Amino acid sequence: MNPMNTPNALPARTITVSDLTCRRGERLLFAGLRFAVPPGELLLLRGPNGVGKTTLLLSIAGVVRPEAGTIAVTGRGEEDRPGADLHLLSHQPASKARLTVRENLSFWADLFAGDRSLVLPALEATGLAAIADLEAGHLSAGQTRRLAIARLLVADRPIWLLDEPTSALDGEGEDLVIRLLDAHLKRGGIAVAATHHDIHLPPPANVRTLTLVQP
Amino acid sequence: MRAFAAIIVRDLRLATRIGGEALTLVLFFVMIGVVVPFAIGPDSAQLGRLAPGIIWIAAFLSMLLGLDRLFRADEEDGSLRLFRHSTLPLEALVGAKLIAHWLLTAVPLIIASPILAVLLSMSMEDWLRAVLSLLIGTPALVGFGALGAAVTVSLRRGGLIAPVLILPLCVPVLIFGVGAIAGLGSAQAMVFLGAISLVTCAFSPLFAALALRAAED
Repeated sequence: MNPMNTPNALPARTITVSDLTCRRGERLLFAGLRFAVPPGELLLLRGPNGVGKTTLLLSIAGVVRPEAGTIAVTGRGEEDRPGADLHLLSHQPASKARLTVRENLSFWADLFAGDRSLVLPALEATGLAAIADLEAGHLSAGQTRRLAIARLLVADRPIWLLDEPTSALDGEGEDLVIRLLDAHLKRGGIAVAATHHDIHLPPPANVRTLTLVQP
Repeated sequence: MRAFAAIIVRDLRLATRIGGEALTLVLFFVMIGVVVPFAIGPDSAQLGRLAPGIIWIAAFLSMLLGLDRLFRADEEDGSLRLFRHSTLPLEALVGAKLIAHWLLTAVPLIIASPILAVLLSMSMEDWLRAVLSLLIGTPALVGFGALGAAVTVSLRRGGLIAPVLILPLCVPVLIFGVGAIAGLGSAQAMVFLGAISLVTCAFSPLFAALALRAAED
C-alpha cells in the first residue's frame, strides 16, 4: 500500500546523509557516514554509549553543525523554515515544573503551529488525561517522558528524531511508543531513533538498523 | 504570531505562579531607596539632587539581578533547543522573550518608583520625568542584558559574568537616563536615550539568537 494515498498523509520527506563527519570537542565520533531515510521508514541507531547517536540526531535537527558532509532533506519547499517539519525528542523534558501538564502541552502546540484541539487527544493517547491539571513538577520520570512524547502528537510533522524514546517508560509505555511510531510511518512519516532497546514494529513496517562504531 | 504570543503568556504565567520571582527585584529596588538616605544623611535637598542617579542605579542593579534567568531555565530543560523548530525564527522568539522580560523586570520597577521618589524626597515633576526616562531607557537595558545572557547561557556558573560583560555597554544608558531626569538639556538626553533603546531593541534579538545558536554547537 502506498502511504501517500492514505487519508491525512504527512508531507513526504527524505533525509539523505552523505559523508558525514562529526566531532564533539576534540573527539572524532564518526566519519564518512552515509545513509538515506525515505518516507515511511524508521531508522534505528544502535551502538555503545558515547558513539555519537545523540550527536547524529542533533545534527539532523540542525542543532549541531557537522564537521564535514551534508545532511539534505528533500521535500521541503523554498519558503519552509528548515526544522519546522521535524520533532526532536531529546532526553531533556522541555516542560516547566510550575505549569500544568495541559499548559505545557498547549504551549508547544502554539509554538509548533500545531492544533490546540489535538492537546486533549494527545494527553489521552499518552495516558496523561487524568492528570492534565497537575503541575508538571509533580510528575514521575516516566510521566514526564510521556508528556514529552505527547508533544509529538500536537503538531503534525513528518520527521521524528527520537533519542531513547522508551527510556523511563514502563512496558505499556514502550508499547505506546511502538504504536505511535507505527501510525506515524503508515502516514508516510519518517523517524530516526537512537535506542538501546529493541523496537519491534508489526511486520509491514520498514525498519532498518544502523550500528555506529567507534572509528 | 501564535508562537510569539505563547512565549510571552508562558513567561508571564511562570513568573506570577506561586514561588515566582517577580517581586524579588522590586524588593531589591526599594531596598536601595531605603538604604541610601541612611548612608547619605537626611538632608532632603541633597537627596533630591542625587535622586535621579540613585533611582537609575537601583533600576540598573535590579535588572542585572534578573538577567541570569532570561534564557537559563529554557536552556536547562531543553526548551531553547526546541525553539529552533518553531515555525517562527529564533530571532522572533527571542524578541518575545525580551518583551516578557521587560514586562516582568522593568514595569514592576516603574510601578514601584513612587516609593523611591518619596524616600528620596523627589519633586513631583522630577518623578514624572524619572518614570518617562525609565520607560524609555529600560528596553535598552533589557536588550544589552539579552546579549550578556545569551553569550553566557552555556556556562553553568555564568550568573555573574553576564552583568560584568554588559556593564560597559550600559553606561551610556545610565548617563542619558539620569541626564533625562535632571539638569540642562534633559530633553536632548531623553531623545538620545530613546535612540539607544531603539537601536538596541532592533539588534539585540538578532545577536542574542546568534549567540544562542552558537552556544549549542
